[in-house]
Amino acid sequence: MSASGTSITAMAERESLLTPRANLVLTAVLLALAVAAPFGLYPVFLMKALCFALFACAFNLLIGYVGLLSFGHAAFFGTAAYITAHVTKEWGVEPFLGILMGTAVAALLGLVFGWLAIRRQGIYFAMVTLALAQMVYFFALQAKYTHGEDGIQAVPRGYLFGVFDLSEPYTMYYFVLAVFLLGYWIIYRTIHSPFGQVLKAIRENEPRAISLGYKTDQYKLLAFILSATLAGLAGSTKTLVFQLASLTDVEWQMSGQVVLMTLVGGLGTVFGPVVGAFIYITMENYLAQYGSWVTVIQGVIFVFCVLVFRRGVVGEIAHLARKRWASAHPPPAQGAARPAPGE
Amino acid sequence: MLTFLPHIPPLPALLGQLLIGLINGAFYAMLSLGLAVIFGLLNIINFTHGAQYMLGAFCAWFLLQIAGVGYWPALVIAPIVVGVFGLVIERVFIRHIYRLDHLYGLLLTFGIALIIEGVFRNYYGSSGLPYTIPDSLGGGQRITLFGRFIMFLPNYRAWVIAASVIFCFGTWFMIERTRFVVNLRATTENPTLVQAFGINVPRMVTLTYGFGAALAALAGVMAAPIYQVSPLMGSNIIVVVFAVVVIGGMGSIMGAIVSGFLLGIIEGLTKVFWPEASTTVIFVVMAIVLLVKPAGLFGRTA
Repeated sequence: MSASGTSITAMAERESLLTPRANLVLTAVLLALAVAAPFGLYPVFLMKALCFALFACAFNLLIGYVGLLSFGHAAFFGTAAYITAHVTKEWGVEPFLGILMGTAVAALLGLVFGWLAIRRQGIYFAMVTLALAQMVYFFALQAKYTHGEDGIQAVPRGYLFGVFDLSEPYTMYYFVLAVFLLGYWIIYRTIHSPFGQVLKAIRENEPRAISLGYKTDQYKLLAFILSATLAGLAGSTKTLVFQLASLTDVEWQMSGQVVLMTLVGGLGTVFGPVVGAFIYITMENYLAQYGSWVTVIQGVIFVFCVLVFRRGVVGEIAHLARKRWASAHPPPAQGAARPAPGE
Repeated sequence: MLTFLPHIPPLPALLGQLLIGLINGAFYAMLSLGLAVIFGLLNIINFTHGAQYMLGAFCAWFLLQIAGVGYWPALVIAPIVVGVFGLVIERVFIRHIYRLDHLYGLLLTFGIALIIEGVFRNYYGSSGLPYTIPDSLGGGQRITLFGRFIMFLPNYRAWVIAASVIFCFGTWFMIERTRFVVNLRATTENPTLVQAFGINVPRMVTLTYGFGAALAALAGVMAAPIYQVSPLMGSNIIVVVFAVVVIGGMGSIMGAIVSGFLLGIIEGLTKVFWPEASTTVIFVVMAIVLLVKPAGLFGRTA
């Protein structure tokens, strides 16, 4: 990326603020909330938010930890959605297998797109992914089995493993929650693995990572495939939730939305995309009545975030907490917050 | 043996598609040129470019509907209006992010594009509004070769091709061959030093952005009678233009122009031989170029 510019995730978390115990408590509270949520909130809303949260987390893996902005993630989300819809509806495939098939195709697509796109960096990478995704969109528009403007409707949810009836809202919700947790865990493990450390090194200074002997292209490609796969998992699951796969899923506006969710929640923070997705879906729910003003509001949020709120919700909270911590524990204390670079 | 060859269409149909390709190419060239100019100095990819193109077309439409001002004055007024609008955008928004990662520029201009497009979509829906071809350019020529009719060339389309070539090369000349651009180039190399020589760099940056926006608007006015005036016309074309820019490489102005026309023609020819692929052919070309020459056909190594 640029040598002079401030890295897009320079304000991302450097080290965890929380002690391991606090982290454990917080995780337990959130989990309990997630389990109890469908009894207080509309399950479809929650499932939608969880699918998009997983989608945003997958996207964030690339921008937040490798520094690559993909503007074409709708391609993976939408393709997986179409595949799952087709195999479960037309071939009568069991839902779990259907999701697996959709996800696998997204992974393959990720392999091809990633292989092409990682040849360029920075804004070129964004434009290349956008253009490749547009190709998928036109394919979906013209191919026969996607049913054009109608999309694939009335996709059956079916019986999970032939046993659990997914048309039951609560069963479906816990299935979606399980899928989300699995995806989130994979991302969390990736980020905190040696592999994730190398990705961060590439983000910060690719030439240096190369000089240390890392084959950065392979790392970038692998991260890209992982991100595409999880975006596909989110798309496939979404298809079963709404029983629909349509052109909306592959449009470039979808790619834009996932960027927005991540930006609002906090680029390069582990939990930020989840918060961003929930905020976005809630907002969308309330704004649905305003029709095309939604686009305008999306645009305003983009401008606002880029100009004054670049850390996002989670990033901002972490930043404030770190600042307070630093003032309470004045310097020689180890691990005190350093001034955020570029500020 | 010959059955393996694609079906060769009659000459008039072939030339007709070639003409459409050339017209599309003219717009690709003008838009990617504007993107390249802005990128050259501001180092941002102007996602608002499509919206500015759309604004140009709408400006011409408003002038005609409300003030009764015709095509020729609109060709001057619309770029000025949109150019000034561009100056304001640069001053109010884009100015603040130069020191940040280039990706923020992309996100910011994407947001601005969403706002502009959303407002227009709210008032004008997503269907197109017609803009009639000016009387002075109505009609067309029947072109014959050795007494045989080969194609019908509408005057307006001939004008669009000629005018876009003139505008493109005019811009190229201005940028590659004049003093202004020596400054411009020096600025991209070392802004602080240039500023020390007494050149107002921030003003130059603002003017460049305004110029790029005006260029997009000019293309928009020219496009109004060909495609319909619609709030979505900008976002439909901008993604293709991005691919053109990746193919050409943003390092060179001439590269942007040549690849714009070239890809328009390739798209037109594809429409003749394999209509279903015509929407994706540019993206396929992009993929091939990425494999063979990652920096782009005319690009310096990124």
